[in-house]
Amino acid sequence: MVTAVAVIRMRDLFAIVMLFGIYSLVSAGLFVVLDAVDVAFTEASVGAGVATVFMLGTLALTTSREKPSSRSPFLPLLVVFITGAALIYGTLDFPPFGDPNDPIHKHVAPHYIEESGAEIGIPNIVTSVLASYRGYDTLGETAVIFTAGIGVLLLIGGARRRKPPTSDKDSSP
Amino acid sequence: MKQYAVLRVVIRLLLPLILLFALYVQFHGDFGPGGGFQAGVIFGAGVVLYALVFGLHNARTIFPPWLLRLGMSLGVLIYAGVGIVSLLLGGNFLGYGALDAHHPEHGQHLGILLVEMGVGITVSAVMISIFFAFAWRGR
Amino acid sequence: MATVFGYFNYWVVVVLMMTGFYVVISANNLVKKLVGLNVFQTSVFILYISMGKIFGGTAPILVEQPVVYTNPIPHVLILTAIVVGIATTSLGLALVVRINEAYGTIEEDEIHSLSEEESL
Repeated sequence: MVTAVAVIRMRDLFAIVMLFGIYSLVSAGLFVVLDAVDVAFTEASVGAGVATVFMLGTLALTTSREKPSSRSPFLPLLVVFITGAALIYGTLDFPPFGDPNDPIHKHVAPHYIEESGAEIGIPNIVTSVLASYRGYDTLGETAVIFTAGIGVLLLIGGARRRKPPTSDKDSSP
Repeated sequence: MKQYAVLRVVIRLLLPLILLFALYVQFHGDFGPGGGFQAGVIFGAGVVLYALVFGLHNARTIFPPWLLRLGMSLGVLIYAGVGIVSLLLGGNFLGYGALDAHHPEHGQHLGILLVEMGVGITVSAVMISIFFAFAWRGR
Repeated sequence: MATVFGYFNYWVVVVLMMTGFYVVISANNLVKKLVGLNVFQTSVFILYISMGKIFGGTAPILVEQPVVYTNPIPHVLILTAIVVGIATTSLGLALVVRINEAYGTIEEDEIHSLSEEESL
């Protein structure tokens, strides 16, 4: 959690990206503690691995120094503290952490846990929910990734134009 | 990166293991943690590592852009195709039980395997092609 | 005391979320903004996962002897959310690259002043 705070203070974007990778790895460890092994696996490979590489790629194409900001930090800080206080007030209405009688555990989860062994026949409940019970969702997610890939290829896929683009848009009236 | 002999040797040893691990995660996702998403990302990361150490040109000869574009769309097609096949066999869309009329469980198993494969192919192709796009831009 | 212990995870989430939020609204650099957005995103992941946790539960992979499993549904949601998150982040990074090519900077206020000059 300290790394996240350090991200604010740093100016060197390279160090920020590296700290972000560490932060992802730490949160992957937290997910293991919270029994979400699948999620931890994904977070470790995505957050600490691929996201860091993509960000470094962007830095290589742009610049790795942040210019000092001229804006005063007080207004954002005020907004953040007010929002944070409201959210903490909101968490007081949450069911307590780790209680098996929380409403989230009462709805459809017991069915998945008890029946998926017989209905699907594979031990990993996360996989059976992901691919079978919620197959539509996962199809949608795959389509989102596909679309994002196409978007990136459209934006920066082609070779860079050699001469700087002449301003082809007309000046606004 | 021709000068880092240690790096090249170590990567040459590690790379097959990384790719093999990706396939293991892909096909073992039914039993332990893992699945198409993670496998795709790990596979993509392995290729990215290869491209970083052995040069972008070599990596692009192994994974040419047309192959990546094909993979991206093929994964989504496999996923939707499984849904349509199960629809044609008399089940619901993506109801894998219809894939094997006598043992719905086997049908579920097969369906999940195919669907995860589609996810893995799409995710790995997208990750590799995004990295290539960034790296190609920066030459 | 039980309250503090019971809600500690959620408070950590709020602190992280506000850290990310602060970076997003105060940072001038577009890459830093994206990092802040990712911190925010991870805090939401932690919120979901900690909602699914049951004390004494194990990871939701079926075993022979009867045990308590942690709720698998948030795991599924977050699993896909992480991968979609990296896809959208990379789209944002690609946009940053294009902005840098068009304006020669990735600082927000410089972009604003440049585009104002252009429109005059």
